[in-house]
Amino acid sequence: MDNNFTGAGKAARIRKKIFRVLIYLFLAFWGLVVLFPFYWMVLTSIKGYGAYNSEYIPQLYTADPTLENYVEAFTSVPLGRYFLNTIVFTVGTTAIMLVVTVLAAYAFARLEFRGKNLVFLLFLSLMMIPSELVVITNFVTITNLDLRNTFTGLILPSVTSVFYIYLLKENFEQVPDQLYYAAKVDGTSDLKYMFKVMIPICRPTIVTITILKVIECWNSYVWPRLITDDGNYYLVSNGIQAIRESGFGRENIPAMMAAVVAISVPLIVLFVIFRKMIMAGVSRGGTKG
Amino acid sequence: MGKRSAKGWLYLLPAILFLGFFLVYPLVDVFVYSFEESYNFASQTYAGAGTYNYSYILRDPYFLQAIKNTFILVIITVPVSTGLALLISLALNSIKRLRQLFQTVYFLPYVTNTLAVGLVFMILFQRTPYTDGFVNLMLSWFGAGPVDFIDGPYAAKMFVLCLYTVWIVLPFKILILTSALASVSEDYYNAARIDNTPPFRVFRKITLPMISPSIVYLVITGFIGAFKAYSDAVALFGTNLNAAGMNTIVGYVYDMLYGSSGGYPSYASAAAIVLFVIVLTITVINLLVSKKHVHYNS
Repeated sequence: MDNNFTGAGKAARIRKKIFRVLIYLFLAFWGLVVLFPFYWMVLTSIKGYGAYNSEYIPQLYTADPTLENYVEAFTSVPLGRYFLNTIVFTVGTTAIMLVVTVLAAYAFARLEFRGKNLVFLLFLSLMMIPSELVVITNFVTITNLDLRNTFTGLILPSVTSVFYIYLLKENFEQVPDQLYYAAKVDGTSDLKYMFKVMIPICRPTIVTITILKVIECWNSYVWPRLITDDGNYYLVSNGIQAIRESGFGRENIPAMMAAVVAISVPLIVLFVIFRKMIMAGVSRGGTKG
Repeated sequence: MGKRSAKGWLYLLPAILFLGFFLVYPLVDVFVYSFEESYNFASQTYAGAGTYNYSYILRDPYFLQAIKNTFILVIITVPVSTGLALLISLALNSIKRLRQLFQTVYFLPYVTNTLAVGLVFMILFQRTPYTDGFVNLMLSWFGAGPVDFIDGPYAAKMFVLCLYTVWIVLPFKILILTSALASVSEDYYNAARIDNTPPFRVFRKITLPMISPSIVYLVITGFIGAFKAYSDAVALFGTNLNAAGMNTIVGYVYDMLYGSSGGYPSYASAAAIVLFVIVLTITVINLLVSKKHVHYNS
C-alpha cells in the first residue's frame, strides 16, 4: 500500500516534470520566433554584398563580417538626414505635447471652473475618434496652409493625445489637497505650485507618457508619408520605404538591412533602459497605433 | 465668469485649440466631404451634395478588394493572436525561472519600427532569382515549396501578412494577459487544490472567468486595430498595394488622398466613414455579446 502510494506520486512527479519541460520548450520556441528576424537583420547587415548575393542557399552565419554596409547606408542614401529629421520631429512633438498635456491635466485635476465636468466628458469622448477619420481634413488643411514639407506641418497635427491628459490628470489627483492649500496660504502661484510640487511628485507618469510618445513618433509613418514628398523632410519610416523602392538599387539587401538595424537600435536601447516604465505604461492603455 | 474660472479655461486653452483644430473640426468636415460630389481639390469647389461618393467606392473593384483583404486579415489574426497570447501567458504564468527574460523578449516587437522590421520579413519570405529565401529553405527540409510569398499567389501573400500582423500585435496582448493572470487571487487556486479540482476545470471555472474582462478588451481592441491595418502591408508589399492586390481599407483611403491615384478627398472620406461604420458595428456587437458572458468583479 505504502509502496504503491509513493509509486503513484513518483509517476505524477515525472509527469509534472515532462509537462514543465514542454512548457519551457514552447516558450523557447516562441522566443526564437520573436528573436529570429532581429538576428537575421543583424546577420545580413554584416554580410558582404558579394557574399550575400552568391548565397543561393541562405547561410545562418557569416565567416567574415564586415561593416561596409553601414558605411554604405550612411553615405549613399541620406539616412543621416532621415535620423536628424526624425529627432527634430520627435523632440518637437513630444515637447509641445508635454506642455499642452501638463497644463490641461492640471486644469482638470486642480482648478475649479464652470463646465469642467462637461469639458472633461467631451475630452474623453474624443478618445474614440479614429485618426484615420481626421487625417483627411488635416491633410487638406496643411496642404492649403502651404505647410507640406515643413516641420510645422509634420508636428502640429501629431501633438494631441487625449489619453495622456487623462492619465496625467488621474495621477495629479492623487496628490493630497493639503499640499495645495498650504502652498496657497504661502502665496504660491498655481504655475509655481505645478512646477515645484505636482510635476516632481508625478514624474514617473510624465516620464512614461514621454517615452510612449517618443516611440509613437519614431514609428509614425502615415502622416509623414502624406505630408512630405521632398526627401529632405523624410522621417526614418518613409525614408526606409524610399530606400526600399529606389535606394541602393534593389539588390543591395545587406545595405538595406544595415539601415534597418540603424533605425531599430535607438528604440531598443530606450526599451532596455526604461523596460519597466514602458511595459507598465503600455499595459495602462497603450495600443500599437 | 470669475477670475478663478478664467484661469481654468486658460490652462485648457492650448489643448482645446489643438483638439478643436486637428480633431473636432476634421471629424465634422470628413462627413461634409463625403457628401460633396465631384469635389475639385485645386479649385476647392464641388458640384452638389449626395451619396455619389459612396456608390462610387462601393463599385470600385480596388475598394472591394481592400474590404475583402481587411476582413480576411481580421477574421484570421484576431482569434489566432488572442489564442496564442493566452497560451503563452498561461505558460509564462506557470513558470518562475526565466519568466522575466521571456517577458522582455516577447515585448521586443512592440518597440520596433513596423516599416523597418517588415523589410526583414520580406527578405525572409521573398523568392528572387538569386535565392529562394530562408523560409523556402525551411520548407524544402520538409519537401515543400518553393513559394514566392511576396509576389506570388494570393494565399501565400495573405499568410505572410497575417503572420507579420500576429507577430506585431502579440506583445501588447501577452502583456495585458500576463498582468491579468497575475492578479487572480491565490485563494481561489488554494480552494480548488483542497477540493482536488482537475487543472482544466480550474482553468475553465476560475482562471477564464477571472480574466474574461481582459480578453474582451483584447478582442475589441484587436478588431479595431486589425480593421485599421495598413503599415504592415506597406512594409511587406511596398506602397503600391493595389497593384499587389493586398490593399486594406485604410490603404485605400490614403491612396485616394495622395499618391499616384490620389487627389480625391471625397472618395477618401466616404471610404473612411464606411470603415468607421464597420468598426463601430463590430464593437457594439462585441460589447453586447460579452455582456452576457463576462464575469466582472463587483
